[in-house]
Amino acid sequence: MQTHKAKRVEIIIEAPMERRLTKALADAGVTGLTVLPVLGGSGRSGRWSREGQVSRAGGMVAVVCLIRPDRLDRLLDAAFEVVERHIGVVSVSDCEVLRAERF
Amino acid sequence: MGEILSLAANNLISPIILSFALGVFAAFARSDLTIPEAVAKGLSIYLLFAIGFKGGAGVAAHGVDAKLVGSLVAGLVLSAVLPFVAFAMLRAMTKLGTLDAAAVAGHYGSISIVTFVAATSLLNGRGISSEGYMVAVAAVMEAPAILSALWLVVRSGRGADMDAGLMREILLNGSIVLLVGSFAIGWITGEEGLAQISSFIVAPFQGVLCLFLLDMGLVAGRGLRESRGVLGAGAVVFGLTMPLVGCLFGLAAALLLGLSLGGTVLMMTLAASASYIAVPAAMRVALPEANPSIYLTLSLGVTFPFNLTLGIPIYAAIAAAILGG
Repeated sequence: MQTHKAKRVEIIIEAPMERRLTKALADAGVTGLTVLPVLGGSGRSGRWSREGQVSRAGGMVAVVCLIRPDRLDRLLDAAFEVVERHIGVVSVSDCEVLRAERF
Repeated sequence: MGEILSLAANNLISPIILSFALGVFAAFARSDLTIPEAVAKGLSIYLLFAIGFKGGAGVAAHGVDAKLVGSLVAGLVLSAVLPFVAFAMLRAMTKLGTLDAAAVAGHYGSISIVTFVAATSLLNGRGISSEGYMVAVAAVMEAPAILSALWLVVRSGRGADMDAGLMREILLNGSIVLLVGSFAIGWITGEEGLAQISSFIVAPFQGVLCLFLLDMGLVAGRGLRESRGVLGAGAVVFGLTMPLVGCLFGLAAALLLGLSLGGTVLMMTLAASASYIAVPAAMRVALPEANPSIYLTLSLGVTFPFNLTLGIPIYAAIAAAILGG
C-alpha cells in the first residue's frame, strides 16, 4: 500500500496549558491533533502521578499531531512560544501515513 | 483553653475527620485504596451544589440586609490583603525567593471550599445557624488573592503571564460557577425549592462529605509522602501559623460587620484557609517558574489538615468566647 512521509510531534505539557497550546497550534495551521491523558511519570521536576492530584493543576496531558514535514518548523515555533517556560517535553519523530491529503 | 481542647477532641472523633485520617493513613501505608477520579469529581460537584443551594435558600428565608454587601466587600478585601501578610511572614520565616513566596502567598489569600464545607458541617452539628450568603463570600474570595500575588511578583521586577484568558478562567472556573449558580437557584426557589430536593442535598450530605474527605486524605497523604524534604521547618511553621493570623483578620471583619456566631466562624475559616484548586492552576499558567511542590504541599498537606482537625474548633471557640454562645 502507498504510504507518505509525515512528522509526528508529541508535546507533553501541564494540563492548565492545554487550551493555550491547542489554540496556538490551530493558529499555526495545524488542522488535527489528539489530546491524551497522562497517568504519571518523572522528570527534572520530580515524580508525579495523576492519582495524587486534587485538581488538573498538577496533571499533564499529551498533545499529538501528525503533519506534513514542510509544516514542521511553523508548528514548532508556535509550540515553543507556549511551552518555553513550562514543565514538559517536545519530541518529533518520523512516521508514515496512508492519506497524505488529510495532513 | 479547656473548651478549645474539648471542641477539638469532639471534632477529631467526628466521622468526617476520621474519614480524612483514614485516607492519610492509607496513603502513608501505601495502600492501593483510591477513589476513582470521576467519582471524586462527582462528589465535589454534589457538595458544591448542596452547599450553594442551601446558602441561597437560607438567604431567601431570612431576607437580604446590608450585611450581605458588607460581607462581600469584606471578603474581597481580605482576599486581596492576606497575600501581603503571608508574603511578609514567608520572607521573614523562610528562605523562599520572591517568586515562590508570592505564589504561596496567593494561596493563603484565596480559600478552600472543602474547609468551608467542613466548618458549616461542624456548625450544623452544634445547631449553630449562619448567614446563608457566606457561600457567596466564599466565591468572591477565590480570585483577588491571585491578582495580589501576581502584583507582588511584578513589583519585584519579574514577569507574570497574565492575560484575559487567565482572568476568564479564574473568574469562571467550574467551582465558582457551580457555587454561585446553585446559590442563585436556592435563592430563587427558596424554602419550597429546598423542600423539593432536601432528600438529595440535605440527608446524604454528611455521608458524601465523609467519602470526599477520605479522598482528600489520600491526596494530602500522597502529596506529603512524595514531597518529603520539599518544605523547610520555617515553611511548615508558616503553614500552621498563617491560618491563625488569617482567622484574626476574619474575626475583625466579622465583628465590624456584626455577623452572627456562625457567620463569624465561617468568615474566620475562610480567612484562615488556603486554596489548592483554583490558585495552583492559575499559578501554573502565570508563574510557571514557581515551584508547585512548595505551594501545593503547604496548602494541601499542612494547612488543610490543620484547619480540618484543630483550626476550625479553635476558630469556633474564639468566636464563642467573644460573641458568647
